[in-house]
Amino acid sequence: MREIGRKGMNRAAAARGKKAAFGEDLDLEKYTMEAPEHAYQEKMSELAEMDRKRMEMAGVDAGGKERSGSFVQLDNSVVHRSAGEKGVEVLGTREALEKYDWLQEYMWKTVDVDADKFTAAVELDDFNGYFIRALPGARTVFPVQACLYIKQQGLAQRVHNIIIAEEGSELHIITGCTSDARLPAGLHLGVSEFYVKKGAQVTFTMVHNWAENLDVRPRTGTIVEEDGVFISNYICMEPVRSLQMYPKASLVGRGALARYNSILVAQKGSSMDVGAKVSLEAPGSRAEVVARAITRGGDIISRGLLVGEVEGVKAHLECRGLILAERGLIHAIPELVGKVEGVDLSHEAAVGKIAKEEVEYLMARGLSEEEATATIVRGFLNVNIEGLPPILQSEMQTMLEQLEEKAL
Amino acid sequence: MMLEIQNLHVEVAGKPVLFGVELSLPAGETHVLFGRNGSGKTSLLMSIMGFEDYRITKGSISYRGKEISRLGPDERAALGIGIMFQRPPTIRGLPLGQLVQLCAGPDVGVAEMAAQVGLAGFLERDVNLGFSGGEIKRSELLQLLAQDPEVVLLDEPESGVDLENIGLIGEAIKGLLQKEKRRQREKSGLIITHTGHILNYLEADRGYVMCDGRITCTGNPRELLEDIQEMGYGGCLRCER
Repeated sequence: MREIGRKGMNRAAAARGKKAAFGEDLDLEKYTMEAPEHAYQEKMSELAEMDRKRMEMAGVDAGGKERSGSFVQLDNSVVHRSAGEKGVEVLGTREALEKYDWLQEYMWKTVDVDADKFTAAVELDDFNGYFIRALPGARTVFPVQACLYIKQQGLAQRVHNIIIAEEGSELHIITGCTSDARLPAGLHLGVSEFYVKKGAQVTFTMVHNWAENLDVRPRTGTIVEEDGVFISNYICMEPVRSLQMYPKASLVGRGALARYNSILVAQKGSSMDVGAKVSLEAPGSRAEVVARAITRGGDIISRGLLVGEVEGVKAHLECRGLILAERGLIHAIPELVGKVEGVDLSHEAAVGKIAKEEVEYLMARGLSEEEATATIVRGFLNVNIEGLPPILQSEMQTMLEQLEEKAL
Repeated sequence: MMLEIQNLHVEVAGKPVLFGVELSLPAGETHVLFGRNGSGKTSLLMSIMGFEDYRITKGSISYRGKEISRLGPDERAALGIGIMFQRPPTIRGLPLGQLVQLCAGPDVGVAEMAAQVGLAGFLERDVNLGFSGGEIKRSELLQLLAQDPEVVLLDEPESGVDLENIGLIGEAIKGLLQKEKRRQREKSGLIITHTGHILNYLEADRGYVMCDGRITCTGNPRELLEDIQEMGYGGCLRCER
C-alpha cells in the first residue's frame, strides 16, 4: 500500500459523499464501478472494440502516425501503451506506481483527494490512467496521444493521470476522450496532475467527444516552475449530458506562464460548467485564459479566476459567448483577485448574437446569408493559439473544421 | 444605363431618410455625391446595396434595366455592385486574405493584389482588427479589387487617410474604375465625398448635392465643389442653379 495512498484513503473516505463546488450533483450509486477486463494489444491497429472514427474525431490516430507515443484506456483497462521517441515515457499509472517509488510524491499534490466525491471515488475505487514523462532536456517534436474510452454501459470510468515534464524538456500531448455514441449512461472521472519543471514546456490539447447521456467530471491541477510554460487547449463540441471542470494552474516559479484556451459548443440538452483558475505566485509569471462559447440550445457557464499573489504578475481573462438558438444560456463569470500592489489583472467578457452588421458586410462581398453566418461563427471559434507548434496548429485546425461541420 | 434610381423613398427604423431621390449612372461614368453629414448620402449607398435596415417605401432601383430593390446584398453583389464602407465592422478570427480570396474566387492570386494596395503583410490579420484609418480604406479597396464590380459605391474613400496614403488610394480607385481606358470604359462609380479631395486624384463626370434626403443640385463636380467651398452647404440651400 502506498504511504500517501493510505493517508489519501482516509481523506477520500471522508469525502465520499461530498458534493462538488460546482455543477450538478450526481449519485455515484447509480453507476457501476466494474467493467470487464479488456485485452492488451501491442498494436493500436488491433484495438477492434472501439469506434475508430470516434477516436479520430477526438484527435487520436490509430496508426500512431506522427506521434511520439500512444496510450489507450478502454473502460478501466489499459489496452495499449507505447513510446516511440527517445526521452519520453508512456505507462499506465498503476504500472508506473509499481515501477517508481518516487511517483507517490506526485499523487494528489495538485488536486485535493477530498475535493469532492468525484476525486474521492478515483482514489477509493480501482483507477488507472496514464503516466507521461519527458526526461530532462528531452524535446519531443511529435505529440503523445492518449485516448480514454468508455464502452461499458453505466460505468464510472476512473482515471488518474500524471504528466511530468522534467527540467528543460518539451512535451506535447493530445488527449481524446470518447465513448460509444449510443451509450445510455456513463460517467468519466478524470484526475490529471501536471508538473512543468524549470524551463520545461507542455502543451496539452484535449478533445471531448462524449455522448448525450454521459456525465463528465475532470479534476486537473498543474504546477509550473521557473520559466516553465503550460498551454492547455480544450475543445468540446459534441453533445454531453453534463460536464463540469475547473482546472487550476499554480505558477510557482519566476517567469512561469500558463495559457488556457477553451472552445465550447453546447448542443440542446448539454450542460457545461467550464473554466480555468490561475494562481500567480511568483514574480514575472503570466497567464491568459481565453474561452469561446457557443450555445445551440444548451447551457454554458464559463468561469475564470485569476489570483495575483505577488507583485509583478500579469494576466488576462477573456470570454466571448454566442447564442445561436432561441433557447440557450451563456453565463460568463470572470473573477479577478489581486492580493498585493503591482498586479496587472484584466478581463473582458461579451455575450450576444451574431452582429447583423457583420453578416451584411460579408453579404455585400457576395456571400449568401448562410455562408456569411458560418464564416463569422468559424472566425469566432478561431482562437489563435500562441506557442502551439505548427504541426499541432494545423492538426488542430483540421480537427476543428471536422468538428465544426458536425456541430454547427 | 448602369444604375437608375427613380423617386426613391427610404426609411430607417420607421424614420424617413430619403425623399424621392432621382439619379442615373451611365456605364463608364463616375458621379460624386456632396452633402453635409446626415444629408442622406450614406443612406442612399446603403439602399443601393440593399441592406435590410434601409427599407424602400416607394420608388425603384434598377441595374442594367433590371429592378433590384427586392434583392439581398449578396444577390446585388453577384450582379456586379460593390461597396466600400466608411466604417466597416471588425470580423474576428477571419483573416483578411481569406475574405479577399472569397471575393476573388478560388483561382485568383490575392497576394499580388494585396501588394498593389500595400497590404501584403496584412493577409493573415483579422479583417479590420486594429487597422488604422488608411489601412481600413486599403482593405476595403483590396476586397473591391478582388470582387471587380461593375458599379463601385465608395463612401468617403479619403476620410481619415493621411496624405501619404491618399495617392495610393486614388490610384487604386482609378484602377477599379478603368480610368486608364479612354474608350469603352464600362465601370461606373458613385462616390461620396465630404471634402472633395478625391477629385484631385480622379476625374468625375457629374456631381450632386444632397440635402435633407433629397438631391438638391446637379452639375459639373468641380464647379459644384467650388461653390460649396465658397458658400458652404448653406449656400446650396439658397442656390437657384
